[in-house]
Amino acid sequence: MTVTYEEALQRYEPVFGLETHVELGTTTKLFCGCPAVFGAEPNSRVCPVCLGLPGSLPAANRRAIEYTIKIGLALHCGIASWCRFARKNYFYPDMPKNFQISQYDEPLCTDGYLDVLVGGRTVRVGIERVHLEEDTGKSLHVGGATGRIHGAEYSLVDYNRAGIPLVEIVTKPVPGTGFGAPGVAKAYVTELRDLLRSLGVSDVRMEEGSLRCDVNTSLSVRGSGVWGTRTETKNVNSLRSVERAVRSEIERQAAVLDGGGRVIQETRHFHEDTGVTTSGRSKEEAQDYRYFPEPDLVPVAPPAEWVEEIRASLPELPSARRARLQAQWSLSGLEFEALHNAGAVGVVEETVLAGASPADARKWWLGELARRANDAGVDVSSLPITPQAVARVAALVASGTLNDRLAREVIDGVLDGEGTPDEVVAARGLAVVSDEGALTAAVDEAIAANPGVAARIRDGKTSAAGVLIGAVMKATRGKADAARVKALILERLT
Amino acid sequence: MELTRKTAAELSALLAGGEVSAEEVTAAHLDRIAGCDDRVHAFLHVAADGAVAAAREVDRRRAAGDELGPLAGVPVALKDVFTTIGAPTTCGSRILDGWQPPYDATITRRLRQAGAIILGKTNMDEFAMGSSTENSAFGPTRNPWNLSRVPGGSSGGSSAAVAAYQAPLAVGTDTGGSIRQPASVCGIVGTKPTYGGSSRYGLVAFASSLDTPGPLARTVLDAALLHEAICGYDPMDSTSIDAPVPPVVAAARQADVSGMRIGVVTELSGEGYQPGVMARFAEAVELLESLGAKVTEVSCPNFRYALPAYYLIAPSECSSNLARFDAMRYGLRVGDDGSAGAEEVMSLTREAGFGDEVKRRIILGAYALSSGYYDAYYGKAQQVRTLIIRDFEAAFGQADVLVSPVTPTTAFGIGERADDPMAMYLADLCTIPSDLAGNAAISVPCGLASEDGLPAGLQVMAPVMADDRLYRVAAAAEAALTERWGHPLIAEAKGLGTSEPWFSGERGGSA
Repeated sequence: MTVTYEEALQRYEPVFGLETHVELGTTTKLFCGCPAVFGAEPNSRVCPVCLGLPGSLPAANRRAIEYTIKIGLALHCGIASWCRFARKNYFYPDMPKNFQISQYDEPLCTDGYLDVLVGGRTVRVGIERVHLEEDTGKSLHVGGATGRIHGAEYSLVDYNRAGIPLVEIVTKPVPGTGFGAPGVAKAYVTELRDLLRSLGVSDVRMEEGSLRCDVNTSLSVRGSGVWGTRTETKNVNSLRSVERAVRSEIERQAAVLDGGGRVIQETRHFHEDTGVTTSGRSKEEAQDYRYFPEPDLVPVAPPAEWVEEIRASLPELPSARRARLQAQWSLSGLEFEALHNAGAVGVVEETVLAGASPADARKWWLGELARRANDAGVDVSSLPITPQAVARVAALVASGTLNDRLAREVIDGVLDGEGTPDEVVAARGLAVVSDEGALTAAVDEAIAANPGVAARIRDGKTSAAGVLIGAVMKATRGKADAARVKALILERLT
Repeated sequence: MELTRKTAAELSALLAGGEVSAEEVTAAHLDRIAGCDDRVHAFLHVAADGAVAAAREVDRRRAAGDELGPLAGVPVALKDVFTTIGAPTTCGSRILDGWQPPYDATITRRLRQAGAIILGKTNMDEFAMGSSTENSAFGPTRNPWNLSRVPGGSSGGSSAAVAAYQAPLAVGTDTGGSIRQPASVCGIVGTKPTYGGSSRYGLVAFASSLDTPGPLARTVLDAALLHEAICGYDPMDSTSIDAPVPPVVAAARQADVSGMRIGVVTELSGEGYQPGVMARFAEAVELLESLGAKVTEVSCPNFRYALPAYYLIAPSECSSNLARFDAMRYGLRVGDDGSAGAEEVMSLTREAGFGDEVKRRIILGAYALSSGYYDAYYGKAQQVRTLIIRDFEAAFGQADVLVSPVTPTTAFGIGERADDPMAMYLADLCTIPSDLAGNAAISVPCGLASEDGLPAGLQVMAPVMADDRLYRVAAAAEAALTERWGHPLIAEAKGLGTSEPWFSGERGGSA
C-alpha cells in the first residue's frame, strides 16, 4: 500500500530531528599529531595513536575543543565548565580501538537553537547538544551485492580518517512544521552549513563527507498529541537528500500506520538513487555501548575567560547578517529569501558596497546574471564577473551611458573575459548616442515616416510613442537612451 | 670482581671511574641470564645484540668525553608490557605473540636516553592480570628464593630477574600491587610512584586509571636512581602530572626518619595474615620508632571495600582496553581461511588468544558496564574509590607516611592458588588502596618469615607527589635492618643453589 505525501499529511503530523556530524578543519587529528586531510594515499596519515596500537594514548587537541565551543556559542548553547570524554564500546574493523572516544552524558555544549529562514518566515530549531568525538576509519566492502560488510568478499580499511575531530550537533525534536517538514529539515542543514562555514571551523563539503546527517522521523496522528515511534535514517549526504529522506519516511510510515502496522524503532539507510529508505539494524535489539568516562583523558574544563575570548571572536552570524541586510535593503522576507536561496546575498552585498543601489544590485544578480548562471549550471556567485563590475555596469546605466540592452552586451563582454565594463564599452563601441543633433534627426525621421502614429500622439495617446522609440532605436542600432528619445518625441508632438 | 653482584649505584661509580666498561657489565649480566634463566624463566625475550650495541655506544660516548647520566651503561630489565623498537612486546599473551611494536614507550625512550642497557623483556601475568606470573601464556617464572614458589605478579619476571642477579634494575607496572607484591615475595625493593608521576605512553593498558610504571631494585637507592630516570611529565600521556619529580635519590641518601609521623593502618592486619609476616612487620615498625619516628595507629575504615571496588573498576577498564585485540591489524589471527566473516575471525582469535583470567575479567568488566548494571557496579565502585581517597586524606592528616605489610603472606607455591581466583586476589589486599587513590607506595624487605624462611615486605605509603618520603623511610629501614642482619637480605636467597660462587661465603646470619 502506498500513500502520497499529501494524503499522509492529512492524517499525520510529522516530527523530525537531525544529528549532524561535522569534520572539523583542524590541522591535526583530535588525539594525535597526524594531519587531518581528505584524499591522501590510504593509510598514509596514521601513527600509533590513531591506529590504536597497544600502549598508545590520546592527548586532546586544544584547537578542536575551541572549535566545538565556537560552534556551541554560535548555536546559543551553554558551555560546560567541566565535562569528560566517554568511551563508546563496539566492535567494528574500521574502529582501531574497538571503542570510539566520544562524549556521552556530559557534552561540551547544551541547549541552544538555530533560526532557520524558510517560506519567508523564521523557524527556531532547538539544539539539544553539541559534542566532540573522533571519526572512525573508512571501510570499503568489495564484492557482494549491498556494499555492506555482510556478503562482501573482502574489505579494505583506510585509517586516514580515524581520529579526525568530529562534532555531533543534535537537534531537539522539531514538531509543528506540517507539510513543510522536509523543507525545514533541508533549510536547517543549509543554515547550519553556512554557519559552520562562516565560523571557519570546517570546509563543510557534503560530497566529501565532512558534513553528514542522520535524520530521525516520526509521525503522530493529527490531533492526538502523541508522538509515534521514530526511525533513524543514515547515509543522508546531500541537502536534497535531507529533504527527500524526510519526505520518503513520512510516506513510508504513513503507509505502515494506515495498513494497521506499527513503526519499528530502527536504523534505516537512505538510497540516493531511488530516494527511499531501507531497513538497517533494529534498535530494539540495539547493542549496549557500555559508555563510561574515558580514563586516558583528563576532564575538559574550559576556563570562563577562554570561553568569553572565543565568544568575542565570533564573526557576525548568518542570521544576524540576514536581518541586518534585509533591513538595510528594505526587502520583505520572501524577497530576501529569494536572494538567499539563489546564493546571491554575498555578491549583492558586495555590489552595494561597490556603490550600486540595493535595487539595482538585486535586479542584476537575480535577473540577468541568475539566468546566465542557470544556463551555465553554476552558482551565481561563481560567474566570472565581480560585484565591482556589476556595480560599474549599474552606474553606467544610471548615468545614461548605457541602456539595458547595451548593459547586457557589456556583461556578455565581461563574462567572455574581454575586460572591465569600461574596456568592453570602449572596445565594442557600446555607449548610447548622446549627440543631441543626431538623435533629433533620427526622431524627426521617425515622425515623418509614421504620420499616423504621430497623429495619435498629438491626440493625446502618448502610449503610442513606443512605436516611434522603437524606430529610433532601430535607426541608432540600439545605442539611444530610450528615456531621452521619448522626451524628444513628446517635446515635438505635444 | 663479580659484576652481577654489584648494585646499580656501584656499577655507576665503576663505569664513571673507567674501571669497567658498559660492554663488560652487559656481558656479565647476559652470561648470568644464560646461566640460570632456564630455571628462573624471568625473561620472555633477551635482547643480547641490542644490549651489546647499546653498551658499546655508551662506552664510545664516555671515551669521547660526553656528559653521561648515572644509569649510563647500567643494565635494566623491562617488563614485556612496554613497547620497544627492536624487540617484541607480548604482555605475556598468545594474542600478541610475535608482535613487533613500531614505537618505543616513553619509559623505553627515557631509559635509552639515559644510556641504560635494556637486557630484554621480562615475563608477566597475561596483560598484568595476576599475582603470581602463572597467568603468562609462556609459562611461569620461578622465585629465586625457592624455585617451587611463585615470584609474585604481575611483574614477577622483573622481580625474579633482579633477585636472581640477572639485572640490577627492572621496570614493572603496578595496577593493584603488581610491583610491590612481587618485590616483597622476592625480597627486593619495588616502588609504585604517584599515579601520573610516570608515563603510561607505550605501556599496554590493563586498567588505565590504575596502571603505574615503577622501579624494582635490590636496594632503595638503586630504586630511587631508576625512579628519577623514568619518571616525570610526558605530554603524550594526558594523565601525566606536569610537576618536577620528587627528590627521591636525595631522600634515599638522607635515610632519616627522626621526627617523622608513621601511621600503622589498623585495617591492614588481622585474620588471613601469616604470623611470620606480621612478626617481621611489627619488628620493622619498632625499628623505625627506635630511629626516632613517631608511630601511631590510624584507621582507614573504607579500605575493606577496596578489593571489591578494584575488581569492578579494573575489569571494566580492561574490558574496553583489550577490545582492540581483534586480529584485524596485528597479533594473532585465527580462522582466517576465507570462509569466516570478520566478526567470526575476531571471536575465534579472542577465544584462542586470551587466557582464562583475562577472559574472566573481560566478562566481569563488560557486565559491570552494561546498561542497567552500571550504577550498581561501576558507579558504586567509583564512589568507594572516593571514600578511600578521603580515608587517605584523613590518615595523612595524622601521619606523614602510612605503613602495613605489603602482602598477607610470603611467596606461595606454584599451582597452589591457580584454580582459586579469590585466594589469588587476596595477595593484593594491602596494595590496592594506594592504586585506587593514586598515591605513592614502596615495598622494602623486612626479613624472613619464620614459617618458611621466605621474605616479607614492609609497605610505606605517602601522599600524592610525596614519593620522596617513601625513600627516606625505606632507606632508613633498609640501613638499620642490613646492619642488624650483617648483610643484605637478598644474600639469603638460596633458590638457585648454594654452589654458585657468589652465594658462597655470603651465607650465614639469619634474618
